[in-house]
Amino acid sequence: MTTNLGTSPDEVQFRFRDDEPVDHATVTVDSCCDQTNATAVRIEPGDDTRVLLPFLDRLALVEVNFPAFGDGRGYSSARILREAGFTGELRAVGAVLIDQLSHMRRCGFDSFAPDKRLDEEDALRAFATWENVYQRAADARRTIADKRHEA
Amino acid sequence: MYRYDQYDKAMVDARVAEFRDQARRRLEGKLTEDQFKPLRLMNGLYLQLHAYMLRVAIPYGTIDARQMEMLADIADKYDRGYGHFTTRQNIQYNWIKLEDTADALADLATVEMHAIQTSGNCIRNISADHFAGAAADEVVDPRPYAELMRQWSSFHPEFTYLPRKFKIAVIASEKDRAAMRLHDIGVRIVKRDGEVGAEFYAGGGMGRTPMIAPLIRDFVPIDQMITYAEACLRVYNRYGRRDNKYKARIKILVHELGAAEYIRQVEEEFAHMLSVGVEPPREELARIAEYFAPPAFVDGPKTVDRSDPDFALWVDRNTHRHKHDAYVSAVISLKPAGGIPGDATSEQMRLVARLAREYSFDELRVMHTQNLLLPHVRIADLPAVWQALDEAGLGSPNMDTIEDIIACPGLDYCSLANARSIPLAQRISERFAETGRTEVVGELKLKISGCINACGHHHAGHIGILGVDKKGTENYQLSLGGSEAEDVSLAKITGPGFDEDGVIAAVEKVTDVYLAARSDGERFLDTYRRIGMEPFKEALYG
Amino acid sequence: MKILTGNDLRTGAVTWWNGTGWSLFVDDAVDVGEDAEEILAREEAARRVNVPYAIEATIDAAGHVRPAHIKDRVRALGPTVRRDLAVPTANKTGWDWVI
Ligand code: HEM
Ligand code: SF4
Repeated sequence: MTTNLGTSPDEVQFRFRDDEPVDHATVTVDSCCDQTNATAVRIEPGDDTRVLLPFLDRLALVEVNFPAFGDGRGYSSARILREAGFTGELRAVGAVLIDQLSHMRRCGFDSFAPDKRLDEEDALRAFATWENVYQRAADARRTIADKRHEA
Repeated sequence: MYRYDQYDKAMVDARVAEFRDQARRRLEGKLTEDQFKPLRLMNGLYLQLHAYMLRVAIPYGTIDARQMEMLADIADKYDRGYGHFTTRQNIQYNWIKLEDTADALADLATVEMHAIQTSGNCIRNISADHFAGAAADEVVDPRPYAELMRQWSSFHPEFTYLPRKFKIAVIASEKDRAAMRLHDIGVRIVKRDGEVGAEFYAGGGMGRTPMIAPLIRDFVPIDQMITYAEACLRVYNRYGRRDNKYKARIKILVHELGAAEYIRQVEEEFAHMLSVGVEPPREELARIAEYFAPPAFVDGPKTVDRSDPDFALWVDRNTHRHKHDAYVSAVISLKPAGGIPGDATSEQMRLVARLAREYSFDELRVMHTQNLLLPHVRIADLPAVWQALDEAGLGSPNMDTIEDIIACPGLDYCSLANARSIPLAQRISERFAETGRTEVVGELKLKISGCINACGHHHAGHIGILGVDKKGTENYQLSLGGSEAEDVSLAKITGPGFDEDGVIAAVEKVTDVYLAARSDGERFLDTYRRIGMEPFKEALYG
Repeated sequence: MKILTGNDLRTGAVTWWNGTGWSLFVDDAVDVGEDAEEILAREEAARRVNVPYAIEATIDAAGHVRPAHIKDRVRALGPTVRRDLAVPTANKTGWDWVI
């Protein structure tokens, strides 16, 4: 059985990928592990993202839900997926606000479906806020320390 | 001292611009207060009892004269001519306007200062031993490691919405002068077979459920320190409780899982993280360390002329042994008898800045005891330093005595308070100064918090006082036997609380019990540990 | 009586609802009775006040508005330890009023 709880491509406001947006019904983490044909899954904050790792090959879309913007577990979920080599679409959904965008991007999200549409101009400015970064993260940007010490 | 390069500078400038934009959106109504609050908090801006309050970071408590002068200028330009130095080695301004905040932050940025990570559920400003770089007993200067952590934790993309705030302290000696084990993570830099590494403690904290952090690893190779910290944080971010903000600190996670299980999870994540490669390049630590190279100390006299007893007392009380025998570290007391602990006027800040320039290689420290420090003063210069301090009301010879009270802002400033803290500190310090008992009693750390959040470290006081609300009136609970130092312990409540007069009398009574019972060389805390709570209870309630 | 208080959004200053706007002086506060919720919602939405709330208060013997909770009395006057910075209170009975 498939529960259709995901966001559709037209709910995606920002997307940093060239492939076609995925339009599959999205299932919960539990049902994803049981169903061998699910290709899109939705992670809730309390889910253990690592149970998905054996199935990454068949997943085209992982949605990470932020029911409240202050609940930061989704940032770890995103990085864990990217660290495990997930290359599909990683979509942040729910309480996604302007000031979270740049951090989410760094953690590996490449599409954003905020439940309230964001001011386009403010959002683009937010994505570009940090010209440089201190930490290594999922986006593989060269860090400030890397730049300081390159030959 | 660390200096920003163009990258650090650009980061802080970007942050100011970002905040200016956020404040604009708030004033235009594009952000609700609920949405804006976490953003302003991440820039150190609280809404307190009387106004907005701005908390400015002083990473590991180290600043120079130019920065101190800027703090004075901020106090005059945007506030009411003073600031409050805190137990977190920060400074707080009590009367900042939202519409001025971005300008104040921009001014701070010109001297490499900011208010980043002084609030919010992120990794907070990193604290360190205030004697770092000067103390005779340190293995290395802990500040380069603290600076490495500062950079790693600044705007960390994964750890900005943690379950709760996260405080890290770094020390590098057996003695603990930073309450290291009362932090979410405490790091002690150690040497083993000549190799530098980090000892990690996790899950300490104060607040309503005080806990002492257990050791979670006795040696992390120094070129894996950031990776290990990242693993600690990731486990906390994923599994720290989010259902109840009073149970959301890492201490509860470590306690509920048990240290062994937390360690197991961290080790697993650490092994994984090592393969991901998040550690900064090794040369980065070396680059940072160069900024902390010891200044050019010169030989000189090792003793002072003790003919002025006031000066001699100040030297005995307020100076601390230095690595170099012709120098000491000199504590600038922000605890005049009857004064407000930690407060300094803009004039006092400017004076202190001048002294730092003239006598301490342009360096100052903010101590977690709400005092300031000149880390490197030539013994030969002590008379001149003391005289200048004394004239400015900064020369109280009371470090670590009962007059050196830590008190949080309490109900005079803080919207979370149950009771006022400052008036108690004022009355107690005044009383002990007047009766001359301060010296008789010797080392006695008294710490006062106006509510259970414990910003005044009352759990760690030899004597602790906690303000509680008793049917709408201020009431105070007394506790005994705490310590934030290497002999760390949590204070125990004596019994029923007191009103303001009652708690002041109670403090005198417990010092009476101590004076009657002490044996040679015992501090209050030692006597308490030897004789236990009963004699004190008897005197208070018997 | 029930009165309303909050902080000014731009400056942070403590303010009191006087029936038509927000005053710096607690003595200007008026009884809002049943209208508290409505006024709070409207004024906050219009950003004329930040995080406002309703509190109980009385008129004391000297005719001054006296918030029921000590916290709001401290807000009305200023920090008790910095009396030099107090909200101008010519008509106040003094600092004992707070405690
Ligand atoms: C006036 C505004 C302040 C507010 C609203 C405030 C708020 C809080 C809160 C809510 C906590 C408890 C955190 C928890 O247990 O989860 C806390 C703890 C603490 N605060 Fe403050 N605080 C304020 C001022 C200060 C000041 C002035 C200092 C330094 C003197 C300070 C230093 C600390 C420390 C050291 C802790 C204990 C750390 C711990 O819980 O482990 N705070 N504060
Ligand atoms: S201990 Fe309580 S009263 Fe004191 S500053 Fe912290 S939150 Fe405020």
